[in-house]
Amino acid sequence: MFGLDKKDTTLLLIVFVLTMCAPFLLNPFPGNSAMAQFNAGYPDLMQRFVIYGIFAIGFNILFGLTGYLSFGHAAFLGVGSYSAVWMFKLLSMNVLPAVILSVIIAGLFALVIGFISLRRSGIYFSILTLAFAQMSFALAYSVLTPITNGETGLQLSLNDPRILGESVSASGGIPFPSLFGLDMRATHVMELGPWMFQFSAGYYFCAVLMLLAFYLAIRIFRSPFGLMLRAVKSNQQRMNYTGLNVRPYTLAAFVISGMYAGLAGGLLAAMDPLAGAERMQWTASGEVVLMTILGGAGTLIGPVLGAGFIKYFENIFSKINDTVLHQWFAFMPDGIEDLLVTVIHPFVGKGWHLTLGLMFMAVVIFLPGGLVQGGQKIGNLFRRKPAADHTTSAAKTPAE
Amino acid sequence: MDAIILQILNGLDKGSAYALIALGLTLIFGTLGVVNFAHGALFMIGAFCAVTLQRILSISFETVDPTKTDFLGNPSTVDTPYIVHWFGPEVGGGIIDWSVPLAILFAIPIMIAIGFIMERGLIKHFYKRPHADQILVTFGLAIVLQEVIKYYYGANPIQTGAPEVFRGSFDFGVLLGFDPNVIIYPYWRLVYFAFAALIIGAVFAFLQFTTFGMVVRAGMADRETVGLLGINIDKRFTIMFGLAAAVAGLAGVMYAPINAPNYHMGMDFLVLSFVVVVVGGMGSLPGAVLAGFLLGILESFASMTQVIDLIPGINQIIIYVVAIIVLLARPRGLMGRKGVMEE
Repeated sequence: MFGLDKKDTTLLLIVFVLTMCAPFLLNPFPGNSAMAQFNAGYPDLMQRFVIYGIFAIGFNILFGLTGYLSFGHAAFLGVGSYSAVWMFKLLSMNVLPAVILSVIIAGLFALVIGFISLRRSGIYFSILTLAFAQMSFALAYSVLTPITNGETGLQLSLNDPRILGESVSASGGIPFPSLFGLDMRATHVMELGPWMFQFSAGYYFCAVLMLLAFYLAIRIFRSPFGLMLRAVKSNQQRMNYTGLNVRPYTLAAFVISGMYAGLAGGLLAAMDPLAGAERMQWTASGEVVLMTILGGAGTLIGPVLGAGFIKYFENIFSKINDTVLHQWFAFMPDGIEDLLVTVIHPFVGKGWHLTLGLMFMAVVIFLPGGLVQGGQKIGNLFRRKPAADHTTSAAKTPAE
Repeated sequence: MDAIILQILNGLDKGSAYALIALGLTLIFGTLGVVNFAHGALFMIGAFCAVTLQRILSISFETVDPTKTDFLGNPSTVDTPYIVHWFGPEVGGGIIDWSVPLAILFAIPIMIAIGFIMERGLIKHFYKRPHADQILVTFGLAIVLQEVIKYYYGANPIQTGAPEVFRGSFDFGVLLGFDPNVIIYPYWRLVYFAFAALIIGAVFAFLQFTTFGMVVRAGMADRETVGLLGINIDKRFTIMFGLAAAVAGLAGVMYAPINAPNYHMGMDFLVLSFVVVVVGGMGSLPGAVLAGFLLGILESFASMTQVIDLIPGINQIIIYVVAIIVLLARPRGLMGRKGVMEE
């Protein structure tokens, strides 16, 4: 189906079902139970899942296929956000032109940066992309203030022209982003006993785009172009000796992954119409690297899993505080309870970055293929098929 | 002329920090071939060694001072550090005042130990893995170290003062025959520069004039041959890793009075230090030092008002611009050897 083989179709269908049913799946605990705080089924977080999923899928097209580790991908995310907000300011509050513009601008930006950075490889490429991203960040903060509004961040105002739309909404406020009249914030709430499921228009818009992005990524992975990129990763020198100029291929991969980042940035702005320079900082670039590696670089589903995982932890894990911990261990004797809470305390709540760092290190050390490889290992354990491993591990091992 | 000298002086302290961190990074890269993203975290830990020592020395007990009363008429309490109690206000107060320089002695064993544990426990397993994996695992380690420090010391910068003698500034211009009040320079920055020069000199002397250093240099040039000669080069490289960690830590200790230590100072410096290493040439020790000072001074020149008026925003991006130009025009860096990571 859709020009995919059976395995990929199944994967795409699974992802389709998962994203479409996410409001149910992410809300497994009844609203009045103690576990309700682990529910992730609210629109804001679900939007983040799919948007950062797009970002990570795009990063994976570059890093997973070609092995070029870019440490400046957040620059494209930021550029996408800025262009989307400008489209809201100048044209209309329709999200479609905004997202299209952010993809185009981010693509052009990636073309320029990629053209220069890809002259070098290995660590030099990482440093070059890092330098470009930090430059964009510094400029967005200082000189480019007329375009980026500096530290405050770019926001909508009542004085914006919005040629095709309205400067001021009927109620006198700033209008909200919409898709041909469908308000992105529109949420249908379905109450089912103690459960409350929220279906947000914004989430489904992002989810559809994520599915498209995912489908495109599968096609790229399975295409001759994708094969060429893998060849670059496994032995670039040999490619050069066969008389082939690999730069157009790597540049194309770089631009495509920059456009994915631009799309993610545009969607971030479409869900919440403001853009700040901190989206371009190198820590944001580091985050997408974490997501991709954690999920499994070079695999199709890995980056999406990694993005969901990190965003879930960031929003849910960080909410656990001492009171919650005491509730959990209330059934134990007092001494043990206090001890457990003291031991766990540094790793949750504000300290969740520590858990993230430890987990990330563990993944890099023991599971270079990320969570996906972990899942496969567990699967093999139960299936007891020792021979099944060699094809996957051969595809995963990063070559020199 | 005086403006130029002032900018050079201003660039020296930042340049010294860049040079010290870049020196450590290059030592690790040159010996072990590992790209260490956790090096900035070591710099930060060094700075927090100074904070810790100051706190340890200031541990106090409370006494009631009957001669003074607070505004409610109750007798007020006075905190007396144990050190002051034991050694008297003269010596004890002096020790607390000099806690940052004293922290050098405190930091050296700690940093070497951390370096040893890092190399034996983690980095050792990554020699054969690609550079991308090394970057990633040390990046993860940097996050962990940073979070641990944040957990114990909080997220706010902690002011750590220099000794009383070195606080304040002096008129450097008069020494050179300029008018008074043209070149005012803080004492501590001069101390920092002198300290950095000392450390750099010591590292080079160690590598150049001792047998140990000679073996290490031989190992940097050709590890396999040195190993075949029956020398345990791995052990020496581990020691070099500890040394590099100590250099970064000392750079951090002495930097604490210039910039109040906070948990993300390491990351801020790391990004720039990597740029410095690449500009100097991967694996070239003199290159790292030269590029460190060069970029530090360049940065301070770019922050002159006249320059900013000419090219707005240049002070923020000058280092990156230089890095991009150098990488594109001369990929092995200013003083890099031909063939080392040139691709």
